[in-house]
This record gives sequence, structure tokens and C-alpha cells, in this order.
Amino acid sequence: MLRIRRFEERCAQLYQTEKIRGFLHLYIGEEAVAVGVMEALEPDDAVVATYREHGHALARGVDPGKVMAEMYGKMEGCSRGRGGSMHLFDAGTRFYGGNAIVGGGIPLAVGLALADRLQGRHRVTAVFFGEGAVAEGEFHESMNLAALWHLPVLFCCENNLYAMGTALERSESQTRVTLKAASYEMPAWEVDGMDVVAVEEAARMAAGSVRTGGGPHFLEFRTYRFRAHSMFDPELYRPKEEVEEWKERDPIDLLKERLESEAILTDEEWTGMEALVADEVEAAVAFAEAGTWEPVEDLTRFVYSEVGG
Amino acid sequence: MTDVMTQTRTITYREAMREAMREAMQQDDRVFLMGEDVGRYGGCYAVSKGLLEEFGPERVRDTPLSEAAFVGAGIGAALGGMRPIVEVMTVNFSLLALDQIVNNAALYLHMSGGQFNVPLVIRMATGAGRQVGAQHSHSLEVWYAHIPGIKVVTPATVEDARWMLPTALSDPDPVIIFEHSGLYNSEGELPEPGGPVDIETSRVRRHGSDVSLVTYGGSLPKALAAADELAADGISAEVLDLRVLRPLDTEAILTSIGSTHRLVVVDEGWKTAGISAEIAALVAERAVWDLDAPIRRVCTAEVPIPYARHMEEAALPQVPAIVAAAREIVG
Repeated sequence: MLRIRRFEERCAQLYQTEKIRGFLHLYIGEEAVAVGVMEALEPDDAVVATYREHGHALARGVDPGKVMAEMYGKMEGCSRGRGGSMHLFDAGTRFYGGNAIVGGGIPLAVGLALADRLQGRHRVTAVFFGEGAVAEGEFHESMNLAALWHLPVLFCCENNLYAMGTALERSESQTRVTLKAASYEMPAWEVDGMDVVAVEEAARMAAGSVRTGGGPHFLEFRTYRFRAHSMFDPELYRPKEEVEEWKERDPIDLLKERLESEAILTDEEWTGMEALVADEVEAAVAFAEAGTWEPVEDLTRFVYSEVGG
Repeated sequence: MTDVMTQTRTITYREAMREAMREAMQQDDRVFLMGEDVGRYGGCYAVSKGLLEEFGPERVRDTPLSEAAFVGAGIGAALGGMRPIVEVMTVNFSLLALDQIVNNAALYLHMSGGQFNVPLVIRMATGAGRQVGAQHSHSLEVWYAHIPGIKVVTPATVEDARWMLPTALSDPDPVIIFEHSGLYNSEGELPEPGGPVDIETSRVRRHGSDVSLVTYGGSLPKALAAADELAADGISAEVLDLRVLRPLDTEAILTSIGSTHRLVVVDEGWKTAGISAEIAALVAERAVWDLDAPIRRVCTAEVPIPYARHMEEAALPQVPAIVAAAREIVG
């Protein structure tokens, strides 16, 4: 969580200095969700994420240097600079994006799970989406298909209360999103998304059941985005007090306090962790800085596969 | 030069497609078919009839009416190592899956910097001419041909119906096969033994020297009929079947124009921003000095397709209009 937090804080700075351009959606405040879920996954499981996916990529184990280089648009980036912040991909960790159409990645997860089923593999496909996606037809179609075919999909809804600037109660007639999952006969639990231990526990139970033939499961993580939607958002749609209230339940602080109260974490260890993460982030920045620009002559590559090349 | 003796077998376009799918599923466990009513019903156009009984419900999967989900699931399954054939009942319904086709299938290889290719085949019926009304009569192939990252093929003969599929399935990238609904019942001679055909080049279906009729899919039989009529008038029309709308075989078009110096494009799509516009622009850019006459386009009138038979016929490209266009520029 700390790695994601410091990494993204650095990204925000780099955005101000125009090293990173385009859209940049920060995950700050929601780190416990990605970290807790990834802890419950195996290396050969698959992950499909959203456009707010730096945290998912880092928690999944995508190299921070390659993620940072991608934000810079460098050829050493995890998507060769062709993707950018919203399109992080990594075959090595079975990280299938980085999908910037709300709800658009959900059908892919159903298909990845179908491929596992047809090939007799006991793997889980975890798909992340926001509560805004539950208004999309692709969400409902995919939930139905996964349930109908009993496919090994772990649906992870990150409910941060706002679809960009539209509050859930302003967009949904039924604001209990787990009830939507229940209507597809799918086990669905609400989880405190600010508590990484609770997230991991729920994800382990759900992923375990998915992996052993229990069919798709749905987890709703109650979480909150501390930063603006993107770097262009003046945040006119939510009261400052609400943001401050949620910050009191900062997932990193919560875990730190818990570990300290249980005497598992000392001040020294914390300081050491901060130093380690700071080094990692600076190493990632250095890697990105040292990266190279893909030659413009390569512009038309990766439109179609290079067979035999 | 003597003709090589080849055996042929009479077969319908529908049967040719079915044989292609059956063989693909027999030869490769990764191939499966999914779509609306492909199993128990046997396919809306009966193309997949009998396949459920032969391969079972895991490999011939009836889907809910959820075009976005099952096309997207096809993309996901392709990413997961399968070789799916997704049947979208018609191009009209594929609009419900546009996001998946355009934003995912076409872009994943590129956005991932070459890491994730999508070996997916999507089949769909297209075209008008059966009085099924405006919402079931679209010819929107060109929408897909507009998109870098996908390949668009339009089999018009039984040989292409039979042998484009294995090539499409062995392609590492998404291929969309457009089957004109008016062709399913058509019979043709299938060369035996046949084999996979390329999905990159056009074919001259009839050689000629006075005018090139460039067309594809359901309009090919009309162009050939027009060429027969023109021949009776002493006009020698060449008929070029594009076969593939993306990537377009530009050299074949230019070669044909280079020898006939006159161009008529026949397309069941609309003229405006259509494939006929693309071909006309190509010729204007690269071969305008080869032309002896203005380019003519015989396309669908710029109206939704009407139900009433006489009105539908009036809206669509017909043989007399092709003949008239060719006569006009051959002069």
C-alpha cells in the first residue's frame, strides 16, 4: 500500500512538471482493495483492471520501473509507451489491462474464465470495476453470462461512491450493488475496502470458492478516492468534509495503527519501510528518465501481429 | 495452354461454411462456436445445424441475447488461449457489441505494446434484399473496415465460404467474416481437393478489357450478371471481387484500372463515406491519369432500407444500374 501511495504521489508531481501527460487517475485512498485482493490470487490467475489501475499493476507485481516508464511514454514501459497510464499491460503477471471504457473489461474476464474452464485449468480471473460500471449493460450481461455458465470469475466492485462526479444515489435506483449480484444468483458480500485485512480475508474466501468450482463471486469494496477523479477535476460534486472524514480511515494509517497496537510494527521498521519505498520510487523514476523513445519509424507496428518476426 | 482437370463438387454457401466450421472443430480442440441460437436452433441461417449434436454444448454454446458480453467473452477466451468462432446473428446486432470489437479486439495488441494478440473470428450475416425491414438490412462492413487492428473479409463464392475460415482461425489477430444473407442458398462448384485460401488478396472473377467492375460479397453475382449483359453489347467488363475490405488489396485494384482505364464500384453499402468512396479516392490518388472516364459508383440509395419489395429493390444496387453505369463511361 505504501509503495502505491508514494509511487502515485510522485506521479502527481511528475504530472505537474509535465513528465507525465494525458489522463492520470490516482488510486490514493483505495490501495487496500488492490493489495488485499492480489494477496489472495495465485501467479497464474488473471487480472483485468480499470483505467485507475496503477495500484492493481503494482500490487500484482508489475515492475514499478516499467509502470513509471509507461507513464513517461518510454519504450521500456510495460506497454512500450503505446498504452499510457490507463493501459498498463503485463503478460508475465497475466495483467490484461488497463481498460478505459467503463465496464468494457468485464466481458473479457468472462472469456478468460471460459478459456480456463474449456482447458480444464483451475484458475481465477479477477476483474475490477467501479460502482459506476454497474449502470452499464456490459456489467449486467457479463454477470448473467458468468453465473449462467458457472465460470471462475471474481467480480471486484470498487465502490468509491462517485462515478467521476456522479454520486451513486444520483445514478442508481437500487444503490445496494450486492443486490444486483444476488439477482444473478451469485454470492455477494460487502467488504470494508479501507481495511486491507478484511479485504484479503474476503478475497481469499471468495477466490478459494471460485477456484474450487463455486462459480463466480461478487465482492463490493466500500472505499473512497482521496484525490480528484483526474488531474482536471475541481471536485465540485462532493463536500470537503466528506473527504476529510474518509481520510480519517486512511487504509495505510489503519493498518499501521493496528500493527503498532499489536506490537508487530516498530517505529524503526516503519521508517525503514518508508526509506525502502522511497528508494524504489526514485529507482522507478530514474529507470523512466533513462528510458528511450520508440523510433517513429516503428509507428505502424503492433496493429497486426508480426508473424515470424 | 490446356485447362488443368479439376474435380468439383456442387455445394451451397451455407454448407460450405458449415463444413469449414466442422473441420476446424475436428482439427483443433481450441476452436469452439458461440452465439445466439447456434446450438439447438441450428443457427439463424442454419449454418451451424448439426454441430451441437456432433460437438456437444461445451463447444457449441448457445448464448443469451448479450452481444457485448459474448463477443467480449470471445475476446477474453482468445486471450486465454482458445480459438473462438463467435457468431453474431447479423451485422445489425453487432452494433450492440461495437465497444468490444472496436475498443478491445482491435486495440489490445497495440495498447499492450505487442503483448496480447486476439486470435478471434467473428462471423456475421450482412446485407439486404429479403424484405426484412430497415433494422435487419444493414451493410455496415465498412464501419469495421475503418478500424486498424481488425481484418474484414467478405466471402462471395462457395470456395471462399469453405476455405477462408481456416485461414482466419490461424490468423493471430481478429478477423470478421461477413456473409451476405442472400448468398446462403446460392450453389457453386467447389474445387476438390481444396485448401485454405488467403485473406489478403482480391480475385479477378471475370477478365475484361473495357471497364472494371469492383465489388464484393452479395454484389458479386450482380456484377457478374451485369458483365454478361455488357458482353452481349460487345463491352468487355472485368469483375474484381475484393474478398477482403481490410487490408484492401490496392495493387489489384490499380492493376485492373491500369488495363481497363474505367472504374465502376458496386457496393451495397451507402455511397457516403463508404468503401466505394475509399476505392474512388485510392484511384484518384494513385491512378487518376490511367482513367479514360469519370469513376461511377453504384451503391444503395441514401435511405434506410424500405420494407415494400419494389421500394427495397429500388434502393439497392441492381444489374440494370450497373450495366447503365458501365455503358455510360465506356461510351
